[in-house]
Amino acid sequence: MTTRSRIPFYVAVLLLIGAGISLAIWRHVELGIPWLTGEQRPVWMVEARVDFVGTGEPVLASLNIPDQPPGFSIISEQAASPGYGFSIVEDSGGRRAEWSKREVSGPQTLYFKAQFIPMDESRPQRLTREPQARQMFWEEPQATAVREILTQARERSSTPESMTRELIRLMQPDTRTQNTTLLVAEENYLQLLVEMLNHAGIPARTADGLRLEDARRRQQLMPFLQIYNGDQWLTFDPQTAEQGVPENLLLWRQGSESLLDVVGGDNSEVSFSMLRQTVPALQLATMQAESSGLGFLSFYELPIEEQSMFRMLLLLPLGALIVAFMRMVIGIRTSGTFMPVLIAVAFVQTTLLPGLIAFLSVVAIGLLMRGYLSSLNLLLVSRISALIILVIFITAGLSIIGYQMGFNTGMTVTFFPMVIIAWTIERMSILWEEEGVREVMIQGSGSLFVAICAYLVMSAPLAGHLTFNFPELHLVILGFILLMGQYTGYKLTELRRFSPMKVYD
Amino acid sequence: MEWISPRRLNRLGMLNMNRRNVDYIARYNERSSYPLVDNKLKTKLVVAEYGVRTPRLLQVVREQHEISHFREMAEDLEGFAIKPAKGSGGKGITVITGRDGDEYIKASGARVDAPYLERHLTNILAGLYSLAGTPDVAIVEDLVQSDPDLARYSHQGVPDIRIVVFQGYPVMAMLRLATTASDGKANLHQGAVGVGLDIGSGRSLNAVQFNRPITLHPDTGLALENIEIASWDAMLEMAARCYEATGLGYMGVDLVVDANEGPLLLELNARPGLAIQMANGRGLLPRLRAIENLKRPHFSPGDRANFAMKTFASL
Repeated sequence: MTTRSRIPFYVAVLLLIGAGISLAIWRHVELGIPWLTGEQRPVWMVEARVDFVGTGEPVLASLNIPDQPPGFSIISEQAASPGYGFSIVEDSGGRRAEWSKREVSGPQTLYFKAQFIPMDESRPQRLTREPQARQMFWEEPQATAVREILTQARERSSTPESMTRELIRLMQPDTRTQNTTLLVAEENYLQLLVEMLNHAGIPARTADGLRLEDARRRQQLMPFLQIYNGDQWLTFDPQTAEQGVPENLLLWRQGSESLLDVVGGDNSEVSFSMLRQTVPALQLATMQAESSGLGFLSFYELPIEEQSMFRMLLLLPLGALIVAFMRMVIGIRTSGTFMPVLIAVAFVQTTLLPGLIAFLSVVAIGLLMRGYLSSLNLLLVSRISALIILVIFITAGLSIIGYQMGFNTGMTVTFFPMVIIAWTIERMSILWEEEGVREVMIQGSGSLFVAICAYLVMSAPLAGHLTFNFPELHLVILGFILLMGQYTGYKLTELRRFSPMKVYD
Repeated sequence: MEWISPRRLNRLGMLNMNRRNVDYIARYNERSSYPLVDNKLKTKLVVAEYGVRTPRLLQVVREQHEISHFREMAEDLEGFAIKPAKGSGGKGITVITGRDGDEYIKASGARVDAPYLERHLTNILAGLYSLAGTPDVAIVEDLVQSDPDLARYSHQGVPDIRIVVFQGYPVMAMLRLATTASDGKANLHQGAVGVGLDIGSGRSLNAVQFNRPITLHPDTGLALENIEIASWDAMLEMAARCYEATGLGYMGVDLVVDANEGPLLLELNARPGLAIQMANGRGLLPRLRAIENLKRPHFSPGDRANFAMKTFASL
C-alpha cells in the first residue's frame, strides 16, 4: 500500500544502462575489441635475420630489438634458432635479444620475429632519466669550423628543433662551405651531426628505422637522427631535415649504441624481411589484453570448456528480454514463462528446422503417451516422473531411428531439456482436457513463436559476439527488463481484445 | 480483424493487464494476504468471523488415506461440490447435482462413478490444480441451490456475481451465466456469459460472450437486458466486508444467491480479470481513481457500499 517515488528507480535504471554502455565503449576504445564480428586489422610481421660465422668459441649474439617504437605496438615476439639459448634482456639502453651457445663453428643463422600493429596515437615515451648533452672535444682546425657552423645555425634558429634543421641544411653538399667540407666525410656524416648537436648542448643520438613494405626481403635499416628537446625525443631525417617518423617507418633501434654485437663470431650481419598480414580484430584485442594485463576482464582467460558454456549462458538474458517483451508488450500467451527460452537455447544447438521437427515430434508422441498415463490414475509426481522417463525413451528412439535413416540431425534431440519437455507435455495435456484444443494451439504456437524469435536473435553472430565480448552490455538488458516491468500501457493484443468497447465510446 | 486505438481505450478508462498488475495488485495487495484468498479453506474460515456466509463445509480431504472416508460421507448426499482449496480459475471444481443408483450426476449431466471422484480427489491432493503445483487439500461443500429467478438464465451451473472491490468499495459488478460452451462453469474465458450490473441498482447493463456483445443467452434464449438482482445493497455490503477480512486492496469477490440461504461467498480472487469492463461497457479506471482521490475514506462496509451505489452509477 505504499506509493514510493519512482524517480530513484528510473535514476538507478539509467545509471545501469549508462554504466553498461560506457563500459562497453571504454573496452572498445582501450582494448580495441571490435563492435562487429569479422573486422580485420593489418599487422606487420617483421623478421630479423642474423648471420655470422662461428669460430669454434662460445658465442653470445645480442641484437637490439624495438622498445616502444613510435606509431606501433608489439603484439608478439619469438625467436627461432635451434640449439641456442635465448632470452630477452632489458637494460637502460633498451631491449636486446640474446642468443648464446657453448661451441659454434661454421655459418650460423638466427631469426627473430615480431608482430607489430600500427597505432593511431603514440604512447608517451617513458624516460628513466633526463638525457644530457655529452661533452665534446675537437682539435684544431675542426674546432673552429664546428664553432663557426654552429654559430651560423644558431643565428638562424630559435629552438632545438629549428637549430637541428638549420644544421642539417648547412651540412648538405649543395650548401657546403669550406668549413663543412673540412669536417664531412661520407661515412662519418651522421656521427658528426650527433657530435655537433651535443657540442651545441642539444642531446642527440642516432636511431635505425625500417621502411615497411609488403613482402620485402633482405632489407637494411635506415639511419635517423634523434634529438631531445627537453620534453621528448624527436626524429629527423638526416638528409632532408624532415621532422617526425614517416608513416610505415618502424624505428627498430632507438637509444642504444649498437644494433648487433656478436662475441665469438665473424662477419656478422643483420637483415630484415617483412610481411603485411591481416588478423581478426578480436584476436588482436585479446592478444593485446593478455600482454597489457587487462585480460582478467575477459572470458578468454577461462578454460575453453567454460568459455563455450559461458557463450551459451550469456545468450540467456537476450532470450529473457524477448520473452519479457513478447509477454508484457505484445501480449503473446506462452505455456510456462521461460519454457520458450530453454527451447530457443536447444534450437541454437540443433539449428532451427531439425530442432523444430524434433521438438514437435517429441511433444506429440509425449501427448499420446500422456493420454494413456492419465487413464492409469497415478499421483502427479509419479506421473511426471514416468513422463520424464518416457520423454527420454522418445528422444533416444528418435535419435537411433534418425541415425539409422541417415539423418544425423536426429541426434540433436538430446539437447532439449527433458524435464522441461515433460512438464510442457503435462501442462498441454491438462490444458487440452480443461480448455480444449483451441487453447492448446494458442499457447503452443505462442510458445513456439516466442522461442523462434528468441532463437533468431540468439543465433545471430553479432548477438553472440556482443554478449560474450561485452558482458557489461547485460547491464543494459537488465535495465530494459526493469523498465519493462514498469510498463503499464496496453498490450498489443489488448487493443484487439478490447475492440468491442468501441460501441461505448 | 478489429482494433481499437490506445487513445480511445484511455478515454474509456479501460484498465489493462499491465496497469492492473503494477498499479493495483502490486501496490494494494500485500503478498502475505494472498494465501488467505488462494486457499478456499482459509477464506471460508476467515470471512466467517466477519459475518460473511459461505456454502456449508461437508468434508476436508487432506491426506490420500482420507479419501476412503469420502465415499462414506457422500453415501447419502444428493448434491455437493468438490473443490481444490488452492485451485484457480475454477479449475478442478466438480459439481455433483444428483444421484442415479451408484452413479453420480455431474452438473453437465454426465454420469460418473465413485472411483472417478476418488481419482479426482487424488489429483487435487497431488496439486494438479493448485497454483504452483504444490500439494493441496480438497474441500467438499454443500451444493448451492441457485435462486430460481436467476437460475433460469443460466445453462446448467450456478450463476454467480463477481464484484470488484477496491479498498473496500465495490466498484464494478457482473453476473456470470454458464453456457454449454463453458461446460457449466461460470468462467468468462471458457465461454460463460458476462452480464454487467449497474452498481447503483443491480440491474443488468450489457452482456458479452467471448468478448463479443450479445443480447440473448445463447442456450436458454432469454433476453438479458431486464435482469435485476434482489437484495442488491446487502450483497454490496457483504462484498465490502471481505476487505476487512482479508486486507486485500484490490480483489474480486464471487457471490452466489442460494434459494434458501440467501447470498453466499463462493470465493475471493486476488487477481480479478478485466473482462468485467467489457460486460459493463465501462472502464474501471475512473472509479478506481475516484476512490484513490478520496480524502476521507468511509470506515464501515455499509457506508462504503452506499457511497459506491450513489457515486458509481453515473461514472
